[in-house]
Amino acid sequence: MVALICSRFGVDQIDAAEDVVSETFLAAAETWGLKGVPDNPVGWLYRVAKNNTLNGLKHERVFRQKVKRELVKGSSSSIEPQLDISPENITDSQLRMLFAVCHPSIPVEAQVSLALRVLCGFTIDEIAQALLTTKANINKRLYRAKEKLRQSGVTLTLPDDVGMNERLDAVLITVYLLFNEGYYSASPDKLLRKDLCLEAMRLAYLLTEYRGGSGKAIVRPDVYSLLALMCFQASRLEARVDAAGRLVLYEQQDSGLWNTELINRGNSFFIKACDAGALSRYHLEAAIAWWHTQQGDSREKWENILMLYNRLLMLAYSPIAALNRAYAYARVYGKEAAIPEAEGLELTGNLFYHSLLGELYLGVDEGKAVGHFEQALELASTEAERAVISRKIGSCRRS
Amino acid sequence: MKEFALIFRVPSGLGAEVSPAEMQERMTFWMNWMGGIAAKDRLVNSGNRLGVKDSKWVGANGVVSDGPYTEVKEFINGYIVVRAENGDEAAELAKGCPILLGGVGKVEVRPLVAPDNNE
Repeated sequence: MVALICSRFGVDQIDAAEDVVSETFLAAAETWGLKGVPDNPVGWLYRVAKNNTLNGLKHERVFRQKVKRELVKGSSSSIEPQLDISPENITDSQLRMLFAVCHPSIPVEAQVSLALRVLCGFTIDEIAQALLTTKANINKRLYRAKEKLRQSGVTLTLPDDVGMNERLDAVLITVYLLFNEGYYSASPDKLLRKDLCLEAMRLAYLLTEYRGGSGKAIVRPDVYSLLALMCFQASRLEARVDAAGRLVLYEQQDSGLWNTELINRGNSFFIKACDAGALSRYHLEAAIAWWHTQQGDSREKWENILMLYNRLLMLAYSPIAALNRAYAYARVYGKEAAIPEAEGLELTGNLFYHSLLGELYLGVDEGKAVGHFEQALELASTEAERAVISRKIGSCRRS
Repeated sequence: MKEFALIFRVPSGLGAEVSPAEMQERMTFWMNWMGGIAAKDRLVNSGNRLGVKDSKWVGANGVVSDGPYTEVKEFINGYIVVRAENGDEAAELAKGCPILLGGVGKVEVRPLVAPDNNE
């Protein structure tokens, strides 16, 4: 809704647009409480928001005209402002806003917060909870990001063909980050984490719906591979956390809880992704995620995962991919062969480096295993992580 | 960190047939070796394999000969570029190279020279 209003009246009206939206929802809470929910609640909200916006603008216009009259005593061509609330325009506005939010002038963490606020309608409270920071921090981040948008004169026009490619890269990174914030978040609120993942998937899906002026799709194959990747990952959302909110590791998950509908949707996105075009990191990550949706263990599964991590790392290094590769190496060639691979990574300040080495040394050298788990425990920042590691240390000591 | 080319040299005349299974295995060795270097964030460039068929070498005065340039019955069949503190460290990375598995190949470690370096 904020996106819709801004796409008509400009990004500099973003605060005013947020006010209009808040007023609208307040009105909904009051009216629906008294009269019941209308037949088409979404349409109702958009209609009321439209009226609120137009009223707000009328005030501003009256003011401007009065001042203007004093100054020029001339004619004023007053045109009634319009707000198009058709579904096509809503989708289009959200896309424009998504590209504006991912403007290079804004740091990527701020992009995530801003997207959650203006595109996903999260409250400041929810964003702070999801990103494990304070409300004050989020407010600061949002304030600065909006200032940047104004200062840089960002408009809600979509970049041209040349700029589009580059900006689409940034959009995909932000959307994937948004997804990972939800997927890996240590926030105790399970529903909130799920919402984050679903919103990221919705935004990526939005990208596939866009048709430019010429009816040409902007969709690149990596948009589909990112969608596939998120579907495959999200299929395990239910299985990876137990009833008590504890993290369940992949090997211990009940594969009956994996969401087959999401896996199937992921498959069809992935087929589209592989139809044409260059191989991106999202293709490789989606392929890795696909192998993880395969139940049971086989040598073939882990050999393929290892090969894909090799290729992913050759394309782009990241510590988490390096650690996952070492784990896959252990699954193919055994723990002892994988220990030098893991130790060679020298990621000594990384929690997962130590928990991986702890895991690899189990049954090989219990003393070293405990040593690594203890270092991991020191690096852990959340209760959930500490609980998992403490259980490991406990079982080492008992054995 | 400096950049080094790791150049793979193999003896010529080893034209033995390789079965698809062996080929697959060799590919796995290469991918694991290069993946391992990339996992340490030391891979600068995956380089290229260099083919033998349809290769030429060109000398002065318009002399063109068929085949890769072999000196002392050895030719280059590929290279990658890695990042290392010094030559010794780059040599350490080269030690796992599958070209060495047969006992006859060699890896040559050569620093890349920046355009402004006139040493």
